[in-house]
Amino acid sequence: MSPERWTREGHSGEATDTGPPAATAAKPTREQVIAGLRATSEGGADLVQLLTPEGERVSHPDFDIDVTDAQLRDLYRDMVLVRRTDREGNALQRQGQLGIWVPLLGQEAAQIGAGRALKPQDMAFPSYREHGVAWCRGLDPTEVLGIFRGTDHGSWDPMATGFHLYTIVIGNQCLNAAGYAMGQRFDGRVGDDDGEATMVFFGDGATSQGDVHEAMVWAAVYDAPLVFFCQNNQWAISEPTERQSRVPLYQRASGYGFPGIRVDGNDVLASLAVSKWALDECRHGNGPVLVEAFTYRMDAHTTSDDATRYRLADELEAWKLKDPIERLRVHLVREQIAGQDFFDSVEAESDELAARFRDYCFNLTDPPPQRMFSQVYAEQTPQLAEQEREYLRYLDSFADESLAGGVH
Amino acid sequence: MAAPALERPTAPAGTQTVTIAKGLNLGLRAAMERDPKVLVMGEDVGKLGGVFRVTDGLQKDFGEHRVLDTPLAESGIIGTAIGLAIRGYRPVCEIQFDGFIFPGFDQIVSQLAKLHFRSQGRLKMPVVVRVPFGGGIGAVEHHSESPESLFAHIGGLKVVSCSNAVDAYWMLQQAIECDDPVLFFEPKRRYYEKAELDPAAEPAPLFSSRVLRQGSSLTLATYGPMVRTCLEAANAAEEDGHDLEVVDLRTLSPLDLGPVYESVRRTGRLVVVSEAPPEASITSEIATRVQQECFYSLEAPVLRTTGFDTPYPPSKLEEGFLPDLDRVLDAVDRSLAF
Ligand SMILES: Cc1ncc(C[n+]2csc(CCOP(=O)(O)OP(=O)(O)O)c2C)c(N)n1
Repeated sequence: MSPERWTREGHSGEATDTGPPAATAAKPTREQVIAGLRATSEGGADLVQLLTPEGERVSHPDFDIDVTDAQLRDLYRDMVLVRRTDREGNALQRQGQLGIWVPLLGQEAAQIGAGRALKPQDMAFPSYREHGVAWCRGLDPTEVLGIFRGTDHGSWDPMATGFHLYTIVIGNQCLNAAGYAMGQRFDGRVGDDDGEATMVFFGDGATSQGDVHEAMVWAAVYDAPLVFFCQNNQWAISEPTERQSRVPLYQRASGYGFPGIRVDGNDVLASLAVSKWALDECRHGNGPVLVEAFTYRMDAHTTSDDATRYRLADELEAWKLKDPIERLRVHLVREQIAGQDFFDSVEAESDELAARFRDYCFNLTDPPPQRMFSQVYAEQTPQLAEQEREYLRYLDSFADESLAGGVH
Repeated sequence: MAAPALERPTAPAGTQTVTIAKGLNLGLRAAMERDPKVLVMGEDVGKLGGVFRVTDGLQKDFGEHRVLDTPLAESGIIGTAIGLAIRGYRPVCEIQFDGFIFPGFDQIVSQLAKLHFRSQGRLKMPVVVRVPFGGGIGAVEHHSESPESLFAHIGGLKVVSCSNAVDAYWMLQQAIECDDPVLFFEPKRRYYEKAELDPAAEPAPLFSSRVLRQGSSLTLATYGPMVRTCLEAANAAEEDGHDLEVVDLRTLSPLDLGPVYESVRRTGRLVVVSEAPPEASITSEIATRVQQECFYSLEAPVLRTTGFDTPYPPSKLEEGFLPDLDRVLDAVDRSLAF
């Protein structure tokens, strides 16, 4: 499997060595279907991996990557800090401080690998679980809190950060990202190392949505510099990936005419390497690319979900052994890239960050009632201005009343 | 529509206290037992029992081909339900939250609503689309919307909304029995409110509105989650000597405004209450028709208490967006002051 095989001319529609049935006219045999399904649940032979669950560095013929010791430590730090704020978000919801929290536990490596592969000129379109990508785009972790506390729908500037607003409607953002990437191409911003690219994040469940299919069609026919980054965390709330597809998701790309690669989403190095490659392809005008990060949602879907109703405890235990942070820690220790001092300092930093995150949450103020009417339109309508005036007058009548009550 | 003649194999014996969610669950169960062609389909409706547990236990009892955990795609859910209906099934689709019906909007509007007409009646569309709707639960975006007017606007669809557990139980079964597509709006913030359900009692017809509280000073017409708010407002107004009549509309398309006209002719005043944005909505429709029908009886213009013509705001602002007891009473005062 070499990336060269996916150049536009050379692409045969046959994306893997195991010979997926996708582009052949014949119906898949029963064996092929079963092999596909197994790959859906076990990763399969095509999984790109650079760091084993035991923390051993392995090489890959197509997707290897040189990283310095300092970079490895940074990746570790990223994952620990992101996990820490994620756990804090969960706790804050339990304490009634947040209406809901969407955990990323287990998906740190997928997100940090992808996020750190992005360059400043790139654009990212998240779903709603991408707290790790947000971190890589330079958002302060507190910036997502308003969404979950109910004070705003996203506090950051999408254009200034290169990070679009969270999207809750499943799959919508994929088409928006395709359009953005088409714009990058129309503007002549692809073609060399400094080219622009876009990356869009979505889940395995999202791949069933028409919007995602349409986005793949659009991106393909306009050669958009778009990396589709699917985090296959095995579940769409209670529904397993098998409920969405009978072939491994990355193989679907061949049907659209672009490469699909499955990467070990619990391996931050592999996620980084494959994302870099995919973004570079797009930068140079060879996009789009589909990356399927094969990972696992170690927590419930959200704090409103009860995962015990559909998920076996064994499954969770098996995936804990593949924990993305633990495997990098073992690697750092084994290779003597980091000592106790380093781990202690990251721990101390994460304590501070968690405290700051909590404080920020407690002190988030509610927006004023005017916010409801402001920014609905670029040009305010008379009708809405009237509704606002009426509403404020109504609120004022209470102020008078309580004053009156106080006087009498 | 006449109340269905029902054999009720598992109708719970005797009167029991149930929540709206449970009423819906029992209604589905009864419909599925009565007719093997009734299917339940949607995201997470199987093992999980739906995110609100309305379909709890159904897959266990009826199997995976009666209760389908579908792929995550609303257009797919509605579109395949249409095909199943053509094939003789009676699908009941669950849309997880109001804001997620829009990916399925095309199938609802382009096909579900029009196939009976297009086929000159050869194709029946007995599809129910259940939508937990409305705000007040402190949720993030797209989980609190009231899109019912959009569907009432479409010829070929029927739109209803229940407000209590008894109606939940009966109206859902009646909607399933109906040969037309029914958009079934469930007041999610009231899911856990209880009522006495007597499965032996005769249900009200599906497409009818009902006077829930009699009064002579003013009429409140409303539906779904706002019914309870209006009943509370009526109780509060009583302390001020105002005797409000409350009509639960129940059906939004076709509207059953007979009881509203009758009421307004007696009270001379109408306030229509809904969480939905007011412009071009079901509440505008009601106001128009009532002023046409009851012009000489009206002592005041028809007033509305509604959400605003804005996107649904972040939850810390929803208290302001949603009509509450005070806002309803404010409109009542303004009407009475005319
Ligand atoms: C259009 C739409 N339908 C339904 C939902 C409700 N919902 C929220 S998340 C989710 C599951 C998403 O699964 P997946 O795409 O795999 O992403 P994950 O949450 O696992 O990262 C569902 C059904 C939604 N947000 N949008």
